[in-house]
Amino acid sequence: MRPVLAVLAALAVLCAAPAAAQSTLEAVSKKGHVQCGVNVGLAGFSQPDSQGAWKGIDVDVCRAVAAAVFGDASKVRYTPLTAQQRFTALQSGEVDILSRNTTWTITRDTSLGLNFVGVNYYDGQGFMVHAKRKVKSAKQLNGATVCVQPGTTTELNLADYFRSHNMKFKPVVIEKLEEVLNAYFSGRCDVYTTDVSGLVAVRASRATKPGEHIILPEVISKEPLGPAVRHGDDRWFDIVKWSLFAMIEAEELGLSSKNIEQQLTTTNPSIQRFVGASGDIGKMMGLDNRWAVNIVKQVGNYGESFDANLKPLGFERGINKLWTQGGLMYAPPIR
Amino acid sequence: MKKSWLWQAALIGAAGFAVWYFASNTAQNLEARRIASGFGFLSREAGFEIGETTFFSYSAADTYLRALAVGLANTFRIAALGIVLATLLGAAIGLARLAPNWLLARLAGAYVELLRNVPLLVQLFFWYALISENLPAPAEALNPLPGVFLSNRGLYFPLPGDFPELSGFNFTGGVGLTPEFAALLLGLVTYTAAFIAEIVRAGILSVPRGQVDAAYSMGLARRGAMRYIVLPQALRLVVPPLTSQYLNLTKNSSLAVAIGYPDLVSIANTTMNQTGQAIEGIVVIMAVYLTISLSISLVMNGYNRRVALRGVAR
Amino acid sequence: MKWARENLFSSWPSALATFLICFLAWKLIPPFFHWAIGNAVWSAASAETCRAAEGQGACWAFIAEKHRFILFSTYPFEQQWRPALASLLLVLLWVLSAFRSMWRWWLSLVWLSGLGLIGALMWGGVAGLPYVENERWGGLILTLILASFGAALAFPLAILLALGRRSSLPALRALCIAYIELIRGVPLISVLFMASVLLPLFLPAGVSIDKLLRAQLALAAFAAAYLAEVVRGGLQAVPRHQSETAAALGMGYWRATWLVVLPQALRASIPPLVNTFIGFFKDTSLVLIIGLFDLLSTVKVSLQDAAWSGFGVEAYLFAAAVYFVFCYAMSAYSRSLETGPARGAGAKQALAEGDRLFASP
Repeated sequence: MRPVLAVLAALAVLCAAPAAAQSTLEAVSKKGHVQCGVNVGLAGFSQPDSQGAWKGIDVDVCRAVAAAVFGDASKVRYTPLTAQQRFTALQSGEVDILSRNTTWTITRDTSLGLNFVGVNYYDGQGFMVHAKRKVKSAKQLNGATVCVQPGTTTELNLADYFRSHNMKFKPVVIEKLEEVLNAYFSGRCDVYTTDVSGLVAVRASRATKPGEHIILPEVISKEPLGPAVRHGDDRWFDIVKWSLFAMIEAEELGLSSKNIEQQLTTTNPSIQRFVGASGDIGKMMGLDNRWAVNIVKQVGNYGESFDANLKPLGFERGINKLWTQGGLMYAPPIR
Repeated sequence: MKKSWLWQAALIGAAGFAVWYFASNTAQNLEARRIASGFGFLSREAGFEIGETTFFSYSAADTYLRALAVGLANTFRIAALGIVLATLLGAAIGLARLAPNWLLARLAGAYVELLRNVPLLVQLFFWYALISENLPAPAEALNPLPGVFLSNRGLYFPLPGDFPELSGFNFTGGVGLTPEFAALLLGLVTYTAAFIAEIVRAGILSVPRGQVDAAYSMGLARRGAMRYIVLPQALRLVVPPLTSQYLNLTKNSSLAVAIGYPDLVSIANTTMNQTGQAIEGIVVIMAVYLTISLSISLVMNGYNRRVALRGVAR
Repeated sequence: MKWARENLFSSWPSALATFLICFLAWKLIPPFFHWAIGNAVWSAASAETCRAAEGQGACWAFIAEKHRFILFSTYPFEQQWRPALASLLLVLLWVLSAFRSMWRWWLSLVWLSGLGLIGALMWGGVAGLPYVENERWGGLILTLILASFGAALAFPLAILLALGRRSSLPALRALCIAYIELIRGVPLISVLFMASVLLPLFLPAGVSIDKLLRAQLALAAFAAAYLAEVVRGGLQAVPRHQSETAAALGMGYWRATWLVVLPQALRASIPPLVNTFIGFFKDTSLVLIIGLFDLLSTVKVSLQDAAWSGFGVEAYLFAAAVYFVFCYAMSAYSRSLETGPARGAGAKQALAEGDRLFASP
C-alpha cells in the first residue's frame, strides 16, 4: 500500500498548489522584473549591442512598463524569440509581454489568446532583391525563389500577392532570422520579403555594399506592429497599453527626458495630470502616481525612442509621425 | 477482496485522476486565454505556400488538411528513399567490414565509428552547409553532363523529352532535387547505414562457424557459401533490429524541421503557429507517427514469426 | 610482406580494392590536409584574412574567435571559469563511476556532493559567487547537465516500468506497455514540443515550470521508455530459479527484486545501457529546436554573426569533433565492459553486439 499512498500524497500536494490565478501584476511585482519577449536580433527594434545590452523601440516599450511598475526601467529580462516561438511563449507564461514587431491581425487577437495593446510602428510588407537582377518592380518576380520565415503574416501575404497577380514562386522556409538572411545573402534565394522596416534594418546592418540590394517600391500589405499581452488579465493589459500611450502623449505634450523634471511644477492642467501632480491616475492602475514621469525620464518619449534607435539606420518617421503632424500616432487623453 | 485487485483499482484511480486533473487545467487555461480548440481549422484555407510537394499539387488556397497531407507525402518520400538507400549502403559496408582485405575492413570500420558517434543533427547541418555554401548560383551552375545542372538551388536532371533550362530566376523543366531534400537524404542515409552495417555484420557473425566449414567442405567457394548458406540464415536474425533502424530513420526524418524541408512536423509546426492550436497540431504529429510505427512493427512481427528459426531464437 | 600478400592482395578483387583505395587516398587526403592544416588560417584579427583563403584553407580562426561563446554561451564573461570547472567536475564524476572498483554504496554520496558542488558553482549566490540565473547557462555544460540529469531521472522510472511490464497485474502491465510503446513510437521532437508548448497548459494558472526543466523532463521521459526495454531484457536474462529461491527464503516481492533480481539484471545489461546512454547524449542536441542553448545551438548562433558568416563547414566539424570525443570514449568503454571478464569470441560477442544494436536508438 505504501507506494500507492505516496503517489496519492504527491497528487494532493499538486492540488494544493495555487488554485486561485495570480494576476500578472502580482506575479511581476513578486519576481522583481518584467520578462520581455523580443526578437532575437532586429536592428532598431530589439538587438543586443556589443556589450550585450538590449536596444530598440520594442525594448523601450518593455523598459517603459518596468519604469511604470517598479520606477526602474532596468528591471527587465529579455527572452529572444523566433517567429515560431513567440505566441506559445506568451500563452504559456514564459514572458509577460511580447514586444517583438508582431503584426496586429484579427486572427491573432481572437483565436491565439493574445490582446494587442496598441501600435508602436505602422509598417507594410515589401521585397528586397539583389541589384544585379535588374528587377524594377515586384510584378517581375515570376518564378523567383523567395526566402521567408514560417508562421508569419509575411508568409500569408506573400502567397496572396503572387496568387492575385498570377505569378508563381518557390518558397524557402527557414525559421531562424539569421539563417534566412544567410540564405538570401549567399544567393540561395533571389528575394527576401518582410516588413519594409525589417528590410531597411537588414540592408543597413548586413549588406557589405548597401547599393547591391534594392528594396522594390511595392508595399503589399498593412503591418501595424505592436506589443501584446495574454488574454484574461485586464489590469496588466491596461498598464502596458497606457505605458505605450504615455510615451506617445509625452511627445505630443512636448515632454522629453530632458525637460520632464522642470515640468513637475507646471500650471498646464494636461501636464499636471500626466506627471501625477493632480488626480490619482497612477493609483487607478495600481501603480505609483509618478508612473508616467518615470517612463519619460528613464526611457524618453516616443520621438526620442525613434530617433535613438531607428533614425541612425535611415528610417524616416513617415506615417509614424504624430497625428498633429499628419501621421498616425495618436494617444487617447490621459485624464 | 484480493489485495492485487485493490492495488489495481487504486492505480487506475490515480491514473484517471491525473488525466482528469490535467484535462481540466487545460480546458480552464484554453478558456481563459480564449484559444480556439477542435479540429475545425482543418477545413480552413491554409494561406501559405510549400516549397516542394510529392505526388499531389498544392497551392496556398488549399486547406490545412491538404497542407498536412502534403507534409505526410514528403515524409513518405524521404523515408522510403532513405530506407532503400540506407539498406543498400549499410549492407555493403557491413560486408566490407568482414572482407579479407585489411584496408577495406579498416576503412569500413572507421566509417561506422565516425558516423555513429556524432549526433544526426550535426551531420544534417554539416551536409546542408556544405551544399548551400559551396555550390554556385544558377547563372553559374555546374554542368557536368548535358541537361544536368548543379547549383545552390539544387540538382536538376532531365527526363526523356523534358530538359531543364534556366529561365528568369530558376530552372524549369526536368526533375529537381532541392538542397534541403539532398542534405536530409544524405544525412539520414549515411547515418542509418552505419547502424545497419553493424547489424548486418553481427547477423553474419552469428551464423555458426560449422555451417561455413560444412559449405567449404562441400566445395563452395567463399562467395557461394555466403550466398546460399550464410546470408539466408543471417537474414532471419537481422530482421528485428533492422526494423528498429527503419523506424528510427522514419522518426529521424522529423529533423527536417531544422533545415527547412517541408515534412509533416515542419508543416504541422507552421500550422500550429498560424492557428495557435498547438494541442491539435501535436496530436496530429504523434498520431501519424504512432500509426506508422505500430503498423511497421506489426508487419515485421508477423514476418518474423513466420520465418523465425526455432532453437536459434534469443 | 607475407602479411601484405594475405591481407591486401589475397585475390584479384581484393587487390583491385587495395589499388582503388590507395588511389583515392592519394587523390583526396593530401588536398584535405592542405585545406584543414596546411593552408588553414589559425588566427586572424578579422574575417577578411579568412575570406581571402576561402576554398583553399579552413578558417579555424573562426573557432578561436568564437570558442568562448560556443562553450559557455551567454554566461557572464568574467565568470566563465565556473561552467568550465563545473564541466570538468561532471566529466570527472562520470569517469570515476566507470571503474568497477568504485561501484560501492558510497558512490551515490560522492555523486550527491559532486552535484551539489556543481549546482553551487553554476547558480552562485553562495561563497561570494554572484548569482547567475539558469536562462544564461548554455554550451557544453548544458549538454552535460541535460544528459546526466536526464539519465539520472530516467533510470528509476525505467526500472519501475520494466518491472511493471512484467507484472502479473493486467492493469499495471497495460499502463506500462502503453507508455513504453507510445513514447518509442513518436519522434523525440514531438515529445520536446509537447513539453515546451503543452506542459504549461496542463498546469493550473499561475504555476509555471521553467524552460530548462521542461526540456529535462521531456528528455527523461523519453529515455525512460528506451531504458525500460533494456532493463526488461536484463530481467529476462536472470534465471527464474533466482526469484523462486528468494521467495522460498521468505523474501517479499520488493526485497527479492531489490536484493537479488535487479542487481543481476542490471549487471547483465550494462553494455546496452551504456549504448542507450550514448544515443541519449547525442539526442540532447535536439533541444536546439525548442530554443535552448546547448553546444550545437551555440555553434549555430555563433555562425549568425554577420562578420563571420559562411564558415559552417569548419563550425560543424568542430561540433562533430567534440561530440565524437565524448561518444567514442563511451563506446570504447562499453566494448571493454563486454570483453572484460572473459567472454567467448565470435558468435557470442556478435550476439552481444546484436543486443546493443537492438537497444540503441
